[in-house]
Order: sequence, then C-alpha cells, then structure tokens
Amino acid sequence: MTLVRTIVIRAMWATGLLLLFSITLAQEPKSGYEYLTASTREMQDDEFSNPGMKAVEDGRKWFYDKGVNGKTCADCHGKEGSQFNKRALANYPIYNQEFNKPFTLQEQINYCWEEHLDNVPFVYDCVDLVELETYVRYLARDEKVNVDVTGKLKPFYEKGKHLYNTRFGQINMSCASCHDQYAGKKLRGQVLSQGQSNGYPAYRLGSGKVTSLHGRFTECFTSFRAEPFDRGSPEFINLELYLNARGNSLTIETPAIRY
Amino acid sequence: MFNFPISQCLRKPRFIFLLGCLVFSLPLAAEKYYQWEPRDFAIEKPLGGLKGNLVRGRKLVAQRDKGNCLACHAMPIKEEAFHGTVGPPLHDIGSRLTAGQLRFRIVNQAGINPLTVMPVFYRNPINVNRISDEYIGKTILTAQEVEDVVTYLMTLKQEVSR
Repeated sequence: MTLVRTIVIRAMWATGLLLLFSITLAQEPKSGYEYLTASTREMQDDEFSNPGMKAVEDGRKWFYDKGVNGKTCADCHGKEGSQFNKRALANYPIYNQEFNKPFTLQEQINYCWEEHLDNVPFVYDCVDLVELETYVRYLARDEKVNVDVTGKLKPFYEKGKHLYNTRFGQINMSCASCHDQYAGKKLRGQVLSQGQSNGYPAYRLGSGKVTSLHGRFTECFTSFRAEPFDRGSPEFINLELYLNARGNSLTIETPAIRY
Repeated sequence: MFNFPISQCLRKPRFIFLLGCLVFSLPLAAEKYYQWEPRDFAIEKPLGGLKGNLVRGRKLVAQRDKGNCLACHAMPIKEEAFHGTVGPPLHDIGSRLTAGQLRFRIVNQAGINPLTVMPVFYRNPINVNRISDEYIGKTILTAQEVEDVVTYLMTLKQEVSR
C-alpha cells in the first residue's frame, strides 16, 4: 500500500515538474524563421533570391542621398555604415533624454535626416523611411537584439506589455491570445508564430511588400476589426519597445521573409 | 417644469449637434440585438425565437468573414482544405453538448474561459474595445446566423477515436 502511494506521489511530482519545464520552454523566444518552410528559409538566407533586398538597395540610395546642406548619411556614419556601432543598432528603441520617451530606429533616422541633413522630415512609416530603416537594420544583421528596459524605459515597457495583453475589436483578441498561447498551432493553413519582431522590416509573401513593424500592427488590428492606432503613435512605439525587448537574444534578420 | 423651451434649445449649437448625432446613428442600430441570459452555462431558448437552417449553418462555419470556425477547429467538411488546430476538433460536438450549451459557447465562450482566444460571436456591440467604424453596432454573427450554426453543429455526431 505504501509502495503504491510512493509511486503515485512520485508520478505527481514528475508531472508537475514536466509541466513547469514545458512552461519555461514555451517562454523561450523563437524567431519567426523557425516557423518557415525549408524553401522559404533558403529564400531568406540567399541575398540574391531574397526579395527584401530590393528595399535594402533602395535604402542604400537614400543613405548616399545629398541633403539640403549637401551632407549625406555616409559623411558621418561612413561608407556602408562602417562607423556605426552595430551592437548599438540592436538596442533600439532606446531612451531619448531630450524628448523623455523611447526613440525607435525610424525616429532616430528621421531626427538625423532633419537635424544633420537639413531635410524636411519623412512622414512616420512612409515607404522611403521604411527603406532607409531596412537598410540600417540590415547593417546590424546577425547582431543579437538587446533592449534594456530596466531604467527609464520601464514605464513605457509596462504600457506596451499592457497593450499586448489587451483585447481589441469586434473579434476581441489580444496579441497574447495567439502569439503567447498558441504559437506553433495552425490557424487554417498558417502556422502561428511567437510574433517576434527580429525580422522586421520584413518582406511579406502575402502582399509582396516590405512591411514595417507598425505596418504589421496595423494589419493585425484590421483583422481584429479594430481601429488601429496611428503609425508612430505612442501606443505603437510602446508596443514596439515591448516586442523588441520580448525578443532579446534573437538575432536581427532584416530583411526577413514572413507570411 | 420646462426650464429649456425648445426655441431656446435650438439656438444652442451643442443641442443641435446632439440631435444630429441621434438622427445619424439611427441606421447603425438597424440590426436588432436580442438580449440573452445564460443559466448553468447554457442558453436554452433560441435567440429571438429564431429557427436555424442546416444548409446555411454549414456554409457559415467555413465562410472566412462570418463564422470561420475552420480557422481553429477541424470539422467534417472535406471540400475545404487546411483546418485549424488551435481549438478542439468538432466531429462529435453534437453528441458531447446540448443545443443550449453550444449556443452559449458560440455567443460567449469567454463566459466559460476568460483566457479563450475564441471570439465572442454575439456580444452586445456597445461592449467592444476600439471597434473599427465599419462594424459599429454589429455582432460578428447575427442572431439568425448563430441559430444556423447551432443547428448545423447539433448534427455532428460522428464517432471519433481519441
């Protein structure tokens, strides 16, 4: 009798530990790359067949484009961005002292574009700015995402996390509903990913366009039948901050290929 | 009693604005919403006393902009490829649940599991967060469509090996 009881208790412990272990496993960040088919992975890895490289090339043109004062991005950042601290590029969004808010890579580029090149700033998330962002992030390819949210960014991170877990629209879903609970399961023919941001801006096989992260948020909101926030709005920037920090330790894959 | 004579009200721009809002919001409320009351996790009475139709229900569960049940659930509908795996398969749902229980799950699955990913197909439209303009005042399925789907699901009594 005691033997049976010991076995039952041990089995219960084992099940509990296994459950705990599987929960920790589920929280390990996993790039969208791992949910792609072999042929799509091949397409992403080969720069000649990756259609996202078109945006990188277009962005490179902007990088050498003369501003109103005759300067180019390359004057400060070097030919092919050689003066960039590539590791720092993987830290975005970073805290900006002057504006007291998180600064996304796009905002930083736009800030330089206006302040140092004397240009009229881009509209947030317009095609040209996304191309330039794609190019700059491409330069930091293979760097590990490393967003520090312990300091002044903490409250913005918490807001982003709250948004991530908030249900929206007539369909009444949150980002977490799919990407935290059901990653790996199939939604019709499509495998749900963890919704990591390390590949963005990414080339989308569905639309045939390079889409920024805020563009992707807009698509998700529309499919929830919810009114999306504006691109570049504080809400989406907080969400971007949360997502990037959530994907810390993943490698940047821009321009990735996603469904 | 009348502190605000009509003639005085009409001179107030705020009043005119509110009146305008009321008039223009009338067509939005055209779709009738029937209140429902669950008991023991079931809604025994059909919504609005409507009668469901099997053929329409079978069509609705596959329709992507309507029920779209196939997105998450596998069902015995062979002509449609790629059934989802998010939710449980529904091949024998008609023998596992009663019509009332099914109705409550379609109308408000979140009332059973607050963490569910399943949309609330028939909730009071005023309780939606940031709904897009196109869908203001509308439920995902109409009361008639809910009944059609319930009627179809009740016919699924296939034996499945688990």
